[in-house]
Amino acid sequence: MKGKHHIALGLITFLVYVFLIGPLLIIMAASFGEQNALVFPGKGFTLKWYMQVFQMSSFIRAAQLSIEIAFAATAIALLFGVPAAYAINRYRFPGKNMVKTLFLSPVLIPCIVLGFIMLRYVVSQWNLAVIPSLLIGHTLLSVPYVMRVVTSSLANFDFAMEEAAGSLGASRGYAFFHIVLPNIKSGIASACVMAVINSFNNVSLSTFLTAPGVSMLPIEIMGYVEYHFDPTIAALATVMMLVTLGVMLLIEKTLGLQTVV
Amino acid sequence: MRLNGLRKCMWLLLILPGAFFVTVFMLIPLFSILISTFFSESTFTLDNYTRLIRSTYFQQVFGRSVRLSLLSTLLCACLGFPCAYYISRYSRRKGLMMALAVFPMFTSPVIRSFSWMVILGRKGIVNQFLVGIGLFSRPQSLLYNEFSMTVGFVQLFLPQMILSLLGVMDSIPEDLTEAAGSLGATRFVAFLRIVFPLSVSGLVTGAVLVFTGCMTAYTTPQLLGATDTQVLSTMVYQYAMSLRDWVQASAVAMVMIVVTMLISGIFNRLSRKINPMAA
Repeated sequence: MKGKHHIALGLITFLVYVFLIGPLLIIMAASFGEQNALVFPGKGFTLKWYMQVFQMSSFIRAAQLSIEIAFAATAIALLFGVPAAYAINRYRFPGKNMVKTLFLSPVLIPCIVLGFIMLRYVVSQWNLAVIPSLLIGHTLLSVPYVMRVVTSSLANFDFAMEEAAGSLGASRGYAFFHIVLPNIKSGIASACVMAVINSFNNVSLSTFLTAPGVSMLPIEIMGYVEYHFDPTIAALATVMMLVTLGVMLLIEKTLGLQTVV
Repeated sequence: MRLNGLRKCMWLLLILPGAFFVTVFMLIPLFSILISTFFSESTFTLDNYTRLIRSTYFQQVFGRSVRLSLLSTLLCACLGFPCAYYISRYSRRKGLMMALAVFPMFTSPVIRSFSWMVILGRKGIVNQFLVGIGLFSRPQSLLYNEFSMTVGFVQLFLPQMILSLLGVMDSIPEDLTEAAGSLGATRFVAFLRIVFPLSVSGLVTGAVLVFTGCMTAYTTPQLLGATDTQVLSTMVYQYAMSLRDWVQASAVAMVMIVVTMLISGIFNRLSRKINPMAA
């Protein structure tokens, strides 16, 4: 009896995973096909689509912008989020829960709405350029990740250690950077990974913020696939997925995947 | 004395920059939008909402959003539950299975929607197969309709469901089901009376993630849907970008926020009622 359950469940699981991963593998396979139209199974083997991807300046420019914005926004979110998370865990003050909710609130608002308010107020009314607006929007996306992960790592930190450093003559700043920060660095690292990936993959917010020659990579890809259906995008997707795999391996080796998701 | 005062206000200095940032760039614009939907030429009015609610177009779009989100949530639950149960109880490679669920989650939604454009297209593998076995005489259009959108949604959010279920199922001690078995319960009864009730909180967490995800997703409906299968998020985009109708876009955005918050609130309350562990 036990065996039968096991096999049926195993089969379902296998099929679900085929559904989850299969489409991505098909894209990878299709990127090597020789035909100009994107078909699977394709004929022949070529790397010409990869050559083409790296020659398309619009993709390269968009990828650069996406990476820069993702890292810059995460860095700014750390500057906002880490001190606030520290204050929430360390000090007693009124309205603490409200402050925490405020820092977590961007995740409660649909990204498409965040993008819309960026366009309507930050770009149209306050006349900020597109790139600073993208940076502001993506910082909003990253702040909740930092707040959530850092407050939970600080919850496990014993502030007596910091006080001990203080009583031994360390200044508050010294104690923070040499005692507190090293103890929560893996939390900060996993917050950064999640924030960067989330920012890099974001579509709903970035789609409102484009200008001639300025657009994020996912938006550039979306614009391309609306009119073209060739393996170039499959090649680009394969490159992006390989990078994702690399990042995941790196996380597994250093932090462990369990800590991130 | 001054130093002491500074120390007392330290928390304020630490939270102020971030709080200021979120307030200025999110809360104030959000409230401005909310207020702008209630005024027309500086007189209070509910017109923007009544007009919206009365329009059959909006009713269709709203209905489609809710319907597809509910359907996708249900499908994710039905597919995710057996999967998570198998992985947590039987799988010898739990780490690998988790990584395989995380991988699509980390992959751009644009790429994932695009992959369905390749698979479900007229020359795609599904059409080849269906024509091959003689079900269709000609390739059929499987794309740009509610079917392809649902497929895209389920694939997009299923990993979240599996991972939130795994999170709770892993914490159910194996001894519990064994104890039930030794007291005469069949495996099915043990599952129904022990594993399932203890997994409900994970199921609800997953369902909230999937439902709100579907309600607010933009990429999938944009790439796998068509102009006659719009949902709330594509409607916001269309009003804002194509029609430049700020007020209507704001009203739709507000409806979206209210509905997602309402639904996740109800779900969460439900889970607290059902879950025996929370009490």
